[in-house]
Amino acid sequence: MTTVATVSEETGSPYALSHLDALESEAVHIFREVAGEFERPVILFSGGKDSIVMLHLALKAFRPASVPFSLLHVDTGHNFPEVLEYRDRTVEKHGLRLHVASVQDYIDRGVLKERPDGTRNPLQTLPLTEKIQAEKFDAVFGGGRRDEEKARAKERVFSLRDEFSQWDPRRQRPELWNLYNGRHAPGEHVRVFPLSNWTELDVWQYIAREGIELPQIYYAHEREVFSRSGMWLTAGEWGGPKDGETVEKRLVRYRTVGDMSCTGAVDSDADTIEKVIVEIAASRLTERGATRADDKMSEAAMEDRKREGYF
Amino acid sequence: MTTITTEELAETTLLRFATAGSVDDGKSTLVGRLLHDSKSVLTDQLEAVERVSASRGQEAPDLALLTDGLRAEREQGITIDVAYRYFATPRRRFILADTPGHVQYTRNMVTGASTAELTVILVDARNGVVEQTRRHAAIAALLRVPHAVLAVNKMDLVGYDEKVFAAIAEEFTAYATELGVPEVTAIPISALVGDNVVDPSANMDWYGGPTVLEHLETVPVAHDLSHCHARLPVQYVIRPQSADHPDYRGYAGQIAAGSFHVGEDVTVLPSGRASKISGIDLLGEPVDVAWTTQSVTLLLEDDIDISRGDLIVPSKDAPPTTQDVEATVCHVADAALTVGHRVLLKHGTRTVKAIVKDIPSRLTLDNLSLHPHPGQLVANDIGRVKIRTAEPLPVDSYADSRRTGSFILIDPNDGTTLTAGMVGESFAAPEPVKDASGDDGWDF
Repeated sequence: MTTVATVSEETGSPYALSHLDALESEAVHIFREVAGEFERPVILFSGGKDSIVMLHLALKAFRPASVPFSLLHVDTGHNFPEVLEYRDRTVEKHGLRLHVASVQDYIDRGVLKERPDGTRNPLQTLPLTEKIQAEKFDAVFGGGRRDEEKARAKERVFSLRDEFSQWDPRRQRPELWNLYNGRHAPGEHVRVFPLSNWTELDVWQYIAREGIELPQIYYAHEREVFSRSGMWLTAGEWGGPKDGETVEKRLVRYRTVGDMSCTGAVDSDADTIEKVIVEIAASRLTERGATRADDKMSEAAMEDRKREGYF
Repeated sequence: MTTITTEELAETTLLRFATAGSVDDGKSTLVGRLLHDSKSVLTDQLEAVERVSASRGQEAPDLALLTDGLRAEREQGITIDVAYRYFATPRRRFILADTPGHVQYTRNMVTGASTAELTVILVDARNGVVEQTRRHAAIAALLRVPHAVLAVNKMDLVGYDEKVFAAIAEEFTAYATELGVPEVTAIPISALVGDNVVDPSANMDWYGGPTVLEHLETVPVAHDLSHCHARLPVQYVIRPQSADHPDYRGYAGQIAAGSFHVGEDVTVLPSGRASKISGIDLLGEPVDVAWTTQSVTLLLEDDIDISRGDLIVPSKDAPPTTQDVEATVCHVADAALTVGHRVLLKHGTRTVKAIVKDIPSRLTLDNLSLHPHPGQLVANDIGRVKIRTAEPLPVDSYADSRRTGSFILIDPNDGTTLTAGMVGESFAAPEPVKDASGDDGWDF
């Protein structure tokens, strides 16, 4: 038998949890509350680092039993091949069920129209919300963190969405102690954010501590990219480069992984997790500010998309 | 800032704290400085603030834009909802519940304080202790926040006068002690100039105590568990029913208070069935002892009926169960809470039907006087409530356990969170109010 105790020198108390242990325990508590109170929960899984950490926590929460949730991926049709490969391998390895909501299907059927700027991120909302309704999911786990963006800083851990999946910041329930209120009417659902209190650095430290495997695009590698709106985008059939944009090979890595059309790479030689952590600790840019086009559209871009049902 | 190594970062502890202060006390400036000086405001965020400020014709960047995240807040220039902020130093990680100062947002301060281990109460040195300060101190006391910091701000505007600070600190400490706030640390600061926030002030040689940040970094976060009643609310029963684990039956939950060890005699409430802990799994790893706030899975020697909502406690230290709960509550919903209201009560992992039997008093936070039988509680009201539950609940006094002594009331019709409750006697009700009706004849 082993006992896990970290004696904190400052407090002298053997019972003080390290910050990662405290965050982990809180997230596990949230997963178990949902398992105990909801009928059809699902984890939004993109193959990005936050959703990978969420799945890791869910696996730990129910050991030695399997995770009592299925996974849902909103596939924009412009995903990184490495990430899709990682997604399928993970689903297979843990014997999970994967639901896919496909943006490409909606475009092919003429329900959604491609935007002039080629960005498919805002197009994800409709396939996501229709899938939630069709499958009657009543709790939808997202990897959103409050440190990402100032509208997210106002988000509850349990966030009630109406039958149109809309977020109304003025209608939010106060969240007291760790007594989460999951009550909802038929057709409504609750978005659940177990990583609410984690920062980008916490996520990376936890990945390092737990030895969690990530898609390789998170680590520095040579890649064919071109510059658009101050970001390095991956060249490909999705829509780049256009006239006047030139492809070059650069040593880069990704800080966030979303759609190829809106997620930019950063110049980096951090090819190990230790180097990534050092790089993030020294960075003067937030991960979204550095690499996400969708948040630059307006002062309230995130709030507006969240109101419509975006994760 | 010194360089932080990966190892140091992973070893730090976490402190949750809340700020309270009126609009003009300089709360935003203090929060801004803590975030800024700990590198938690990054270049692109500052640039965004500068861009928006400039487009509105403001000469200096409006730092409130950093923290006011909602469109409505920016339009009105006020904070209407609690927001959570994150920053770190080499010694500790911080989760800051940034709560609005207006009196009509008492419920938001209650929300922020419910998970906080420390409250920073700001006072303007020119005004001293005012009504709002007393209100903030009362809420911190009511919520049993273990540590309070009185930050006497704008010392630069009173000539850094030691006498001014000493008088305010003395008045506040006396008031807070009377309320039962266990520990008060008073710090003279200027959030604007930076005196004693992160760096010690050269302007106040007479002050020998810690800066705000230094205090936040060193205040002890864990309690002495030897005096805590061990409690595990069962969240979920883990039964793999797989070839590898055909007979595994574990009771998963987050330890709400105290510690449990293998071999300990335990009782399950409300049924009262007894057994012994045969194993403890800490997220898949066997351990022989576990403590608050670890999420664990307990294995028992006997196959007894246990489900979500039950409470596992040491047999030698079991709380009584009751269907009559008396509590101090803060009403957080817009619709009023009235006598006869049928509600749901969530305590730990258990949700039961309940009815509001009586509202003996409402508290006036300004002077802590009691208004008898107010008839109802409206949004932001704090009062005493008697509740009858449909099933017996094992409740502790909130004074003993913030986790198992707290509950929320929920509207069964639309799921609204109505009320935050704290079980047991309150500092605000020295004498229990007699229940004259004695009428328990009701059903659903």
